[in-house]
Amino acid sequence: MSTLLVENLTLAFGNNVALNDVSFTVVPGQIYAIIGPNGAGKSTIFNVISRVYAPSKGRVAYDGKDILALQPHEVVQTGIARTFQNIELFEKATVLDNLLVGRHARMQRNMASEFFFLPRVRKRELEARHRVELVLDLLNMQHLRSERVADLAYGARKHVELARALCADPTLLLLDEPASGLNPEETSDMVFWLRDIKEELGITIVMIEHDMHLVSRASDRVMALANGEVITTGTAAEVQAHPRVQQAYLGTVE
Amino acid sequence: MRTLFKTSYAADIDHLVHPGERFRVLALLVGALALPLVLSNFQLTEMNLLFCYALAGIGLMVLTGFTGQVSFGHAAFLAIGAYGHVFFLERGVPFLLALPLGGAAAAVAGWVIGRAASKMHGFYLAIATLAFAILVETVLGAARPVTGGHIGKSVPEIFVLGIDFSAPVYQYYLYLAVLVFFIWGVANLMRSANGRAMIAVRDSETSAQALGVNLGRVKLWAFMLSAFITGIAGGLMGHQLMFLTPETFNMNESLKLLLMIVVGGLGSISGALIGAVFVSFLPNIILMLHAVLPKSVSFQSGFEPLFFGLIIAGFVIFEPDGLYGRWRKLRLFLETYPYYKRATFTRQKRYLKTERFK
Repeated sequence: MSTLLVENLTLAFGNNVALNDVSFTVVPGQIYAIIGPNGAGKSTIFNVISRVYAPSKGRVAYDGKDILALQPHEVVQTGIARTFQNIELFEKATVLDNLLVGRHARMQRNMASEFFFLPRVRKRELEARHRVELVLDLLNMQHLRSERVADLAYGARKHVELARALCADPTLLLLDEPASGLNPEETSDMVFWLRDIKEELGITIVMIEHDMHLVSRASDRVMALANGEVITTGTAAEVQAHPRVQQAYLGTVE
Repeated sequence: MRTLFKTSYAADIDHLVHPGERFRVLALLVGALALPLVLSNFQLTEMNLLFCYALAGIGLMVLTGFTGQVSFGHAAFLAIGAYGHVFFLERGVPFLLALPLGGAAAAVAGWVIGRAASKMHGFYLAIATLAFAILVETVLGAARPVTGGHIGKSVPEIFVLGIDFSAPVYQYYLYLAVLVFFIWGVANLMRSANGRAMIAVRDSETSAQALGVNLGRVKLWAFMLSAFITGIAGGLMGHQLMFLTPETFNMNESLKLLLMIVVGGLGSISGALIGAVFVSFLPNIILMLHAVLPKSVSFQSGFEPLFFGLIIAGFVIFEPDGLYGRWRKLRLFLETYPYYKRATFTRQKRYLKTERFK
């Protein structure tokens, strides 16, 4: 099975050390949460994995493949899909088109045959569409299908982003603050979805999240990060009880 | 308001599913086919030029409207297409082959500039394409043995399969066929994976890349396709101008193309067509203004640029979606009367996009 291995990741922007010797392992079938105060380097880890940033030291491997040897657009082919902290959707396109872009890496493409829209292009389009419908069903989003993203509310956009990532047939999902900006009801929907995604689709999830309620309800394992360093790893309760975690969030107790 | 109930996936894939839309396009096509019955030869040549602009507009729309890469130098591709086409015609290549070869020459130029430009954004890209256009104009002026330099070069008549196409009405149908072919092709592309990848690159490079879109390659292909279509338009345009000089394809021409797609409406094929109509009728509007306005105003030097500038500024401020966007709103107003709300089209709150990785 495919394990995500992150070893000794170090990355600095100038003198500002974003990640310092970060190592962790995500075994398949887990929901793995990364918590930490702002600027701890959580999103930076995701950006290293999706090859937006190049680390100065360290190794990232998924499913035995060296991720850092890949081009940014090749990462998704290993089965890693992600969402973004500040939603990155295709604003002027419909939800359907957004999700179809999610199928991009899984579709055969040929510009010339697309220009003439040969029968095989139509067949591919229908296949992609079918896959997208399954994701829409899973997340209960059929009513949004032909809405333009620009017209959607914030919560719905978050859901569309999750759906789009799922359309890439991932085996590992990186979710950057899936519940930020969601109301309590939407957040508890999110918990169910995360569990569905894990249990029904067998997808491993790594998520960055501030909502400790969500983290403790959904995650199997939690890693706390502060100032680019791993403080501790364990279950949600263990991590929350850890004195250095409390110190990182609340400051030193005199 | 009529709601379209989609009963199959095909309803989202096919062109022109909406009955009203189908009717309008059909009416437009029939109108276009019947037009030579009522137009004079002079008006037909004007229409032919309009078709050339519409085609060039579609070329630029692929790059700027769909892929989001601005080009301030698209007249360079018109020029390369036109000179390339004439170059091959003069060497005895038949018209139907010379035209795509001219387009291919422009596509090669598009590949060269696209390779460099695919790593640039915004202002830098604008400046690079501008520099490219100036370079092309200069080279065309200097390469006298091939291009005739600044003295110019006359364009041979059109012969398709041995038939003389010098009559405007023949050219009219020929141009219309080429235009319709490319509209169809680009519309096809935009409903397939590569077209969606272009839109994805335009709207969010970061997430397009994370979903497996090769940014460099998509931009490169967009440049090449755009240059090819514009090159074909240039080849056709040459026959209407009948004489090519490097100055024909200067800075103003590039700006005119850009103005066309902005006024028509970025991001739609209809926008390019409407823009072409607009640009073609602009001289007539200016002529009418001359008649109405007092001489002291309308014959001031710089009256036309001012007029152009006012139009662009007006569109950017009041109707960023262009004439096509205005038409969509009007249609929605009629369809939903009396329930139309202005808020339907006002821009919603922009959600924060702070973390850009550029």
